[in-house]
Amino acid sequence: MVEQASVVALVTGAGSGIGRASACALARLGAHVVVADRDRPGGQRTVELVGQQGGTAEFQMLDVTDADNVEAVVDGIVCTHGRLDWAHNNAGVFRTAPSFIEMAGADFDLMMDINLKGVFLCMRAELRVMTAQGHGSIVNTSSAAGMIGTPRTPGYSASKHGVLGLTRSAAREYAAKQIRVNAVCPGSVNTPMVTANLVNNPGVLRQIEAMQPGGRLAEPEEIAAAVAYLCSDGASFVSGSALLVAGGAVNK
Amino acid sequence: MSLLHDGRVALVTGAASGIGRASALAFAREGASVVVTDIDASALAETTAMIVAAGGSVAEAVADIADEGTATALVSLAIDRFGRLDSAHNNAGISIVGSAFENVDEADFDRIIRVNVRSVFLCMQAELRAFVSAGSGAIVNTASSAGLIGVADHAPYSASKHAVIGLTRTAALEFAAVGLRVNAICPGPVDTPMLTASMAGIAPSRLNPMQRLGTPAEIAETVVWLCSDRASFVTGEALQVDGGLVEAEGQLRHD
Repeated sequence: MVEQASVVALVTGAGSGIGRASACALARLGAHVVVADRDRPGGQRTVELVGQQGGTAEFQMLDVTDADNVEAVVDGIVCTHGRLDWAHNNAGVFRTAPSFIEMAGADFDLMMDINLKGVFLCMRAELRVMTAQGHGSIVNTSSAAGMIGTPRTPGYSASKHGVLGLTRSAAREYAAKQIRVNAVCPGSVNTPMVTANLVNNPGVLRQIEAMQPGGRLAEPEEIAAAVAYLCSDGASFVSGSALLVAGGAVNK
Repeated sequence: MSLLHDGRVALVTGAASGIGRASALAFAREGASVVVTDIDASALAETTAMIVAAGGSVAEAVADIADEGTATALVSLAIDRFGRLDSAHNNAGISIVGSAFENVDEADFDRIIRVNVRSVFLCMQAELRAFVSAGSGAIVNTASSAGLIGVADHAPYSASKHAVIGLTRTAALEFAAVGLRVNAICPGPVDTPMLTASMAGIAPSRLNPMQRLGTPAEIAETVVWLCSDRASFVTGEALQVDGGLVEAEGQLRHD
């Protein structure tokens, strides 16, 4: 059943993983979804999946680190559809190093640029249009690594902690303007970002699974369900929240 | 009473004023030789003179902490000059004029991340490298109460200080087994030059439950303690030194 009508949503990093599942979940709530990614084939596949499930979506090429690109996409949504109700700022990358000391500056910068600055640029553009229209709901993909330290990936933990700083500050700032801002903090999820390096290393994947209290990784749909809730009117009094979706792996 | 850092060596960044200066003075008072650095040469010279006047041992380096190579040069300076490095207080940081989120300038965002996060990352890498070789060492990063809660009109600053806590927790976990400790301090509003005019105008009843600004010396006390052997089982902590600000979150009087 469609809970909301005439809703337009933007999902970044929607060409795979959590973003793809989120696009499908928001479409099931009745949103027309703008599927944004720098991966065109992946994004187009997501648009097809939404269509197969009875929803509507369109693809927009987006590099979240490019302010002009971000603003063009967000302004384009308002031009075409007259509104932007929900935004899921989800695009992110993950890099590790043998140790904190050995993490290359370039890898650190890549994670800070995409995971943190990308969210900043998207939020800035979204908050402008949501302020003008007088309502909106933003959900940022942080991580369990936004709440705890994660060895051998300082740039990831720093960037995801930073996303919570953006989320909490904006929530406070825009509450009186009827804009809610929240974050989801997934634990280990069965997505290409997590498993890409493990395809040829099933032993490591099984180790990671064994480390989870429930003995398994999350499926992207389980994170998307939390995103859909936070976007929806059911969460009308929820703002500034960092919703941990980690299967009990983090308890802090 | 024995000194906390007798015969040891400490590095303090952003040591020309405020918390950094107080930290450098406190390390020296507790017996450490101190390497002090800042981008502000004349104010740094004052810090150096204050340490010398108090009978302390100090080496200064004027540098931009965000430049590639500064961090390793500072660690080398400590080892060349004093033979070792035991403690590091990564404190250099900037704030920017408050702005509604939707109006924040991209260049300002980049600058605050470069100074407040990237430079701390580079300093930590250089310091940890030396500490791993030595088999001991302690780091304290200056985060902020804004690293634990959001601050309206200061989203980039809040993000940068959250990120510092992320770096702190990550390094703490990674190096705990080899005897290194990494912590952060989260000061609330402190009476320093960095405190913005707008913050200075806030009614005391709204500042924090103690209803006053902290002093740099109060923050410095926690830094020298966290770096000392007295805090030998403390790591990965983001310590609130804020007059109760974060705990009173949402309960302060707005009159």
